[in-house]
Amino acid sequence: MTKSELAQLLADSGCCVTRRHADRVVSTIFNSMGQALVDGDRIEIRGFGSFEVRSRPARKGRNPRTGQSVDISERKVPHFRAGKEIRKLINDAAGS
Amino acid sequence: MTKADIIESVYEQIGFSKREAADVVETVFETMKSTLANGEKIKVSGFGNFVVRSKRARVGRNPQTGDVITISERRVLTFKPSQVLKDALNDNQSDA
Repeated sequence: MTKSELAQLLADSGCCVTRRHADRVVSTIFNSMGQALVDGDRIEIRGFGSFEVRSRPARKGRNPRTGQSVDISERKVPHFRAGKEIRKLINDAAGS
Repeated sequence: MTKADIIESVYEQIGFSKREAADVVETVFETMKSTLANGEKIKVSGFGNFVVRSKRARVGRNPQTGDVITISERRVLTFKPSQVLKDALNDNQSDA
């Protein structure tokens, strides 16, 4: 499923949005979540999961093609942890 | 950030009532949950992909008692952040 398919389902759900609004709603949700992470904020969506920013220390890497050593600077990566409810949903479906 | 903050963004940016914004955000996450529960992945361009992966049964140990136990076959939800999001988190560094 892509972002636009998600928007289509949202519009079809009759929840309260036209197709055009649905695209904007989905974009707004993910943009605000992305911005929160850029601000270093943690995101917690009950039942779905949480996102947080973790730091990776600087390290020496190698260009795999030339074998040359390169310095890789310290960087931040987003990390997602699935919530209890969704972990259960995913596994119950697998068992059937 | 919690769901309430996301609802606030939708309320401010789309021009829905608080009630509509809450309903629509709730529907988005519920739709994502049921999609993932069906084993389908979700691709959100600019944010990342949510993928359900199958794990085979394996032998583990209770770290407290040392007892050998079988960890059953299961499905887990993983998130792979998009390059766009990873770059956004590290903008300060790469620009420097």
